Amino acid sequence: MALQSLDIVRRSATTTPSPQQRQTTEVAKLIDVTKCIGCKACQSACMEWNDLREEVGINEGSYTNPHDLTANSWTLMRFAETEENGTLEWLIRKDGCMHCADPGCLKACPSPGAIIQYANGIVDFHEENCIGCGYCIAGCPFDIPRLSEKDSKVYKCTLCSDRVAVGLEPACIKACPTQALVFGSKEDMIEHANERIADLKERGFENAGLYDPPGVGGTHVMYVLHHADKPELYNDLPKDPVISPTVGLWKGIFKPLATAAIFFTALAGFFHYVTVGPNETEEEDEEKKP
Amino acid sequence: MTTRHSPRSIDRYSPSERLNHWITAITFLMLAFSGLALFHPSMFWFTQVFGGPTWTRILHPYIGVVMFVSFSLLAFKFWRHNFLTRNDIVWLRRIGDVVRNREEGLPEVDRYNAGQKLLFWTMIGTISLLLLTGIVIWRPWFAHYFPIDIVRLALLLHAVCAFVIICGIIVHIYAAIWIKGTLGAMVRGTVTRAWARKHHPGWYKQVTEGEKH
Repeated sequence: MALQSLDIVRRSATTTPSPQQRQTTEVAKLIDVTKCIGCKACQSACMEWNDLREEVGINEGSYTNPHDLTANSWTLMRFAETEENGTLEWLIRKDGCMHCADPGCLKACPSPGAIIQYANGIVDFHEENCIGCGYCIAGCPFDIPRLSEKDSKVYKCTLCSDRVAVGLEPACIKACPTQALVFGSKEDMIEHANERIADLKERGFENAGLYDPPGVGGTHVMYVLHHADKPELYNDLPKDPVISPTVGLWKGIFKPLATAAIFFTALAGFFHYVTVGPNETEEEDEEKKP
Repeated sequence: MTTRHSPRSIDRYSPSERLNHWITAITFLMLAFSGLALFHPSMFWFTQVFGGPTWTRILHPYIGVVMFVSFSLLAFKFWRHNFLTRNDIVWLRRIGDVVRNREEGLPEVDRYNAGQKLLFWTMIGTISLLLLTGIVIWRPWFAHYFPIDIVRLALLLHAVCAFVIICGIIVHIYAAIWIKGTLGAMVRGTVTRAWARKHHPGWYKQVTEGEKH
């Protein structure tokens, strides 16, 4: 919900500027995958703060629980077992909205004001404007938004926009016991990440690095990965995420061009009528020839 | 056929054909306006006609199914009159004369002219694709059964087909306004003999053959 209505940089399906008089600092959540112990406190805190509850599910042989993001579970620890550097590694990634600088969901959304991007970088869904078409699901390069079976509205992580608006950190950050999750200005988070990466490299993780994919303009949720060269190891975190070219074409050039072409087709008809004129049948002939 | 020909007018469409056409037409207009509303924000206000944006999203695909069924009946009825002939190619080459109302020496047109035939096949193609892609993107019922790349492709194709058919139908509607005497065929079912001789001489010959005893 919008508490920060003066700092909206982008609003879905809106062609005029949104209220953006107030300028705020870009924020970011940094997820240090290398420090995560998989306790799921962040998952619980998320549901707690947002007052949502997941259904009790069944075990399918993985610690990942629930099995996927849902309209109730906006963040999820995904567990993967791999053999990197000749040893078993248990890679745990906290999945959820990445809060892209160039959000595919917002680009795809046809409903004015259903998706909002704030100056601080948070991409928020305003479900009261959501019409349930699911275009955002197609627009998202990270497979994040979930359509609720209850109300046909789409839900995802808000980066606790309500808490951040009043100067609090997101609920997941507050709950993390190992400081694998930290929150602050994007600048500070990059600096902090670089310290962590230097430390990891010293300890033998040569490919440690920051995940802040440029294909979506960077994100406001970033990862420190031990294997930044292979993000797919972490339950298919995309290597070079971009808004799908199909969606880009549909919502980019095609949308205004097709709209203009339809308008001009109708206009051409009118101009034809007032220049060439109608094609009339001489009915007099008819009377002569029975 | 129970055709009824008076000295001045000839039957062109039966009441059931007219009903079928207008069900297709009404559902098409509803689909075009509800679809355009969700295509570009400049037309989002069309959603108000359908009871708001969420209702627009809910109703659009169901109306689409109705139009598909209605159009299928129409297509089944008319497809055999819509094969392109050599004359049609000549007619199309002289489209410049056609739009300038210069009809002298144009090849003889049967029940439908080449423009009408091309629109018919365009509609066959786009409406089939609109149905198929429409099912793929239909939430909450079907979209989640398809891989996301297929959904994305379907969304783009749905928009492209809709664009093509909307432009086609604008031409179709305009042609009915431009060629005087045409609208009556779909409203009352009849056209004048002079209209038939002028615009569809081949068809005129066929339907009046039986009159010469």
